[in-house]
Amino acid sequence: MISIRNVSKWYGDFQVLSDCTTEVRKGEVVVVCGPSGSGKSTLIKCVNALEPFQQGDIVVDGTSLAAPKTDLPKLRARVGMVFQHFELFPHLTVTENLTLAQIKVLGRDKAEATEKGLALLDRVGLKAHAHKHPGQLSGGQQQRVAIARALAMDPVVMLFDEPTSALDPEMVNEVLDVMVQLAQEGMTMMCVTHEMGFARKVANRVIFMDSGSIVEDCATEAFFGDISARSERARQFLAKILPH
Amino acid sequence: MDFSSIPAALPALWEGMQTTLLLLVLGVLGGVLLGTLLAMLRLSHNPLLAGIAATYVNYFRSIPLLLVITWFYFAVPFVLREITGEDTPVGAFASCLVAFVMFEAAYFCEIVRAGIQSIPRGQMSAAQALGMTYGQSMRLIILPQAFRKMTPLLLQQSIILFQDTSLVYSVGLMDFLNAARSRGDIVGQPHELLLVAGLVYFIVSFAASQLVKRLQKRLTP
Repeated sequence: MISIRNVSKWYGDFQVLSDCTTEVRKGEVVVVCGPSGSGKSTLIKCVNALEPFQQGDIVVDGTSLAAPKTDLPKLRARVGMVFQHFELFPHLTVTENLTLAQIKVLGRDKAEATEKGLALLDRVGLKAHAHKHPGQLSGGQQQRVAIARALAMDPVVMLFDEPTSALDPEMVNEVLDVMVQLAQEGMTMMCVTHEMGFARKVANRVIFMDSGSIVEDCATEAFFGDISARSERARQFLAKILPH
Repeated sequence: MDFSSIPAALPALWEGMQTTLLLLVLGVLGGVLLGTLLAMLRLSHNPLLAGIAATYVNYFRSIPLLLVITWFYFAVPFVLREITGEDTPVGAFASCLVAFVMFEAAYFCEIVRAGIQSIPRGQMSAAQALGMTYGQSMRLIILPQAFRKMTPLLLQQSIILFQDTSLVYSVGLMDFLNAARSRGDIVGQPHELLLVAGLVYFIVSFAASQLVKRLQKRLTP
């Protein structure tokens, strides 16, 4: 579904990604973790071309991002993305947030888009809030709306960029619950997150990044199971974030 | 002081005020439109387009409005003759309007640019991540939020423009101030009519800026 091939990226002279290669197969859930500044957010933003890269290629559902003729907006419409800071559109109601891109990008009519949007809103448990503006919702609620907004486009894959890092602790679980449910339904997901509980529960694989490189890329059980077999940097990272 | 001639002068003054207001409304609309276009050019990644827009803005912000008005009074008919090949009388109103739109666009451009830049970058990312093109993201997501934020500033600039419209007297257009002046000369009471005109400018501008202040309070909770 996603094939990342030897991707390198520079900001000026500074290399943020070096020779990253990995694969996310259909129906797979892959968690990307690593210390801040390791390039994990940059990598996931490269997957839907929000960030350009200078070397290598990423192929999403058969479409090459590096190919000059690729219609990027069309590709992005098939890739759902959830952001750290939600990025709902504050001037629109929740319903409008859910329907705008369906109407303007996919060309659905308003009734169809609204029906789809409200069904998804119900699924994330927020149907009663349809008429509100994002500012009237809590962080956790906003993030659930953001997930519903991405799902409304019928994406073939979902990208999560630290979806719970900006949330108050008591709201983390309501968002993770939605993500777990999504994973169990077979959605292909690539998640940048520090939620190791989530990773253990639903991830097929864990990728560990440091200084722009993919250091570890292995099955979840192996990643958490045999820590002594992990690299020095991964061990240090795990020691810091795993509960005592 | 003798204000006895004022009631008789009101129809002429009102006619002048209509010219002033028409110039104001069209000038603001055209200025905001052109200014928004310039702002998008200034923010574009194409250095040539950004450079052209920046030069335009810096140029028009560095010369007096009076100069622009008189210059366009002569230039607009000349340019039209170059294009159409024949003399086309355009009149003072049209040339003044062109001057205002082009001059004010430079100021509106900077307001709109600041407005666009005040919207978090993530909003553009989110719009594009949903498959919207750059143009759609601007039109549907960024600009509506930016305009909401900058409405008070745009109105403030419009109040300044309301006062600046009086400069059209230099090319003989009968705006409010010019109507008051000529009426005063006719009835031999120039000072009284100018006093009245000043009072009207004050009341309109002051009331408008009070309204803007209130609006600003409501927009920034």
